[in-house]
Amino acid sequence: MDFQLSDDQRALRTGMRELLAGRFDRDRMRAALDGGGGVGGALWLELGAAGLFALRLPETAGGVGLGLPESVLVFDEVGRCLLPGPLIATQLAAAAVKGAAEGEAVVALAEAGRPVGHLAAADALLVLDGDSARVLSGGALRRLVGAAEPVRSLDPGTPLWRVPGLAGYESEPLPDGARLRREGALLTAAEQLGSAARSLEAAVQHAGEREQFGAPIGSFQAVKHLCAGMLVRAETARSAVYAAAVTEDPVEIAGAKLLADEAAVGNARDCLQVHGGMGFTWEADVHLHLKRAWLRAGQWLTAADAEEALAADLG
Amino acid sequence: MDLSYTEEEEAFRARLREWLGSVLPGLPAKPDPGDWPGRRAYDAGWQRLLYDAGYAGLHWPADAGGRGATPTQHLIFLEETERAGAPYVGANFVGLLHAGPTIAAEGTAEQRARWLPPVLRGDEIWCQGFSEPEAGSDLASLRTRAVRDGDDYVVSGSKIWTSHAEVADWCELLVRTDTQAPKHRGISWLAMRMDAPGVTVRPLRTLAGSTEFAEMFLDEVRVPVSHRVGAENDGWRVTMVTLSFERGTAFVGEVVACRRTLDALAAEARRSGRWDDAVLRRRLGRLNAEFRALWRLTQWNVSEAQASGGVPGVGGSVFKLRYSHARQELYEAAAEVLGAGDALDLDREWVLDRLSSLSYTIAAGTSQIQHNIVAERILGLPKGR
Ligand SMILES: Cc1cc2nc3c(=O)[nH]c(=O)nc-3n(C[C@H](O)[C@H](O)[C@H](O)COP(=O)(O)OP(=O)(O)OC[C@H]3O[C@@H](n4cnc5c(N)ncnc54)[C@H](O)[C@@H]3O)c2cc1C
Repeated sequence: MDFQLSDDQRALRTGMRELLAGRFDRDRMRAALDGGGGVGGALWLELGAAGLFALRLPETAGGVGLGLPESVLVFDEVGRCLLPGPLIATQLAAAAVKGAAEGEAVVALAEAGRPVGHLAAADALLVLDGDSARVLSGGALRRLVGAAEPVRSLDPGTPLWRVPGLAGYESEPLPDGARLRREGALLTAAEQLGSAARSLEAAVQHAGEREQFGAPIGSFQAVKHLCAGMLVRAETARSAVYAAAVTEDPVEIAGAKLLADEAAVGNARDCLQVHGGMGFTWEADVHLHLKRAWLRAGQWLTAADAEEALAADLG
Repeated sequence: MDLSYTEEEEAFRARLREWLGSVLPGLPAKPDPGDWPGRRAYDAGWQRLLYDAGYAGLHWPADAGGRGATPTQHLIFLEETERAGAPYVGANFVGLLHAGPTIAAEGTAEQRARWLPPVLRGDEIWCQGFSEPEAGSDLASLRTRAVRDGDDYVVSGSKIWTSHAEVADWCELLVRTDTQAPKHRGISWLAMRMDAPGVTVRPLRTLAGSTEFAEMFLDEVRVPVSHRVGAENDGWRVTMVTLSFERGTAFVGEVVACRRTLDALAAEARRSGRWDDAVLRRRLGRLNAEFRALWRLTQWNVSEAQASGGVPGVGGSVFKLRYSHARQELYEAAAEVLGAGDALDLDREWVLDRLSSLSYTIAAGTSQIQHNIVAERILGLPKGR
């Protein structure tokens, strides 16, 4: 047993972090939001060229041939920098949707009863309904888009549409929907982890710089304990997510999603608190992490479903 | 990231399982919780069985009488013994989990030869005399004094909350050997015999009704200078080694035990019909996530220690913080499974555990102190006043 990252895994993570720092730094993230928060076509293509979507396709099919642990490390980085778009759905559908692996197609996620993100940019929809999955595209997708109503989205990085019932549209069934759901949940948990870690860093940095009562606020125990609590949350979730990526055990994945959702939401809230009034402004990034974390918490596997799955495993 | 075990590790697990299966049915009945001599004998007997089978001090270095096993093998040992319901370290806690490792890391060859084998055999029980009435969280402000007199220190003062003091043979004792130096600089780490003249133990009753810890009065107790571990006045550094063992690895096996309890709670809830309560059911589900993650966090910490070699790092504080609160939540959930009436019955399983769990956020450094450690030593936030 060696739970440490391998050298290759470390290199992959660093490479992804550098790529994103170069192509999607804070200024660009902010500009993307000001521009309506959609998917950036050029960036999407670049991510495709870098292998993000083909990461788990076998090399014989033109993929990178890596596994879930590597995907988790990559989506951890995606979560840190608030990269928008249905990246996970696109990776999961890379084998089924033409052009998805190369970043030439965008695959959005549709779950029964929830608004659909990035519908206008989508070339295909991954429809998830219980444990069944299918892909909706072409004329059916155009009809669906025509019937959809835009929602004033809580998350400024994710434009949302309310769609009528998804049942009436012809589509291609995908095998092993339960597995897709699990993997989507795990990769979403990885994004939550990145977000939780980023919120912690922002809080620690602010706590070290901002002075009140003649001292950095980070020297006050009330602030210190908030930050320490954030680290504990993030590190506990991290071991759960990494382990679930290795074992692919459904119950473990449910636990990982539950704890990662909690870490991302909890850390964003505490980060906001540490920032004081500044934290409540549009200027600080804190609210962006919180809003995205709330959005992700409702995707692929909700807390209620995760808890039921974990309960069913007991006894 | 590799969570699989090597063939060698699996073979080790299989041998251990087989051995546990052969000895556990023959163990004597657990003594009454109030019967301290009985409990000591029981814990010592179990340790002796481990020793004879080659499982004592598994991960201690070979030159400290250990087996030089890898941290992973130690983890397997803790997992399997807990899973099989083997006795817990009990009275051997201090000797095996922190005094012993400290002596192994900091003691001289003679000290290791003198003190470690009896710990491994279960012949000698240790206790920890760190806290004082006026020095708990602020441990370095301790006042118990040791004055040099020839080849002895003469020790006077008092200690408090000393677990297992009633049955211990030795005490890892912190004393002030220089009253002029800044408070962290004048401390020494001594091994004191509990039957030395001048040692008085007065048991304290815990809120759980038992006497698992005690007050200790030291009146001109003579401790040979040769019983000092580490240099004179360098005891604070040695103490940090002790505390890192105490927080780093000492609670690991209990996570497995908590998972067993959680399964038992679910089974009980199913039996009694309380499982139909979705709020309770989901609460147990959440605890499942919690204890699974704590086990993974343990593996993470062990992997890190294995990569860096040696004394566990501050990651132990992260674990200790999360674990101590999770354990309390586990027994809160137990009370709900039992229901309002049975949760008041001390003879019902889990009710005493609920009481004991209250100490977890206090003993071995309170949660507030752990938060300070995480904030200052891991996150690098400025020291407070
Ligand atoms: C079951 C049990 C077994 C024990 N066994 C042993 C043993 O074998 N040997 C031994 O030496 N000791 C033992 N202890 C003692 C234990 O280590 C101390 O109780 C603990 O360190 C706290 O010290 P205290 O009790 O003096 O509380 P205090 O230090 O007085 O703390 C009281 C409260 O103030 C808070 N506080 C104190 N300082 C700070 C600070 N700087 N910032 C924020 N909050 C602060 C604490 O968190 C706590 O909430 C045991 C304790 C228990 C409960």
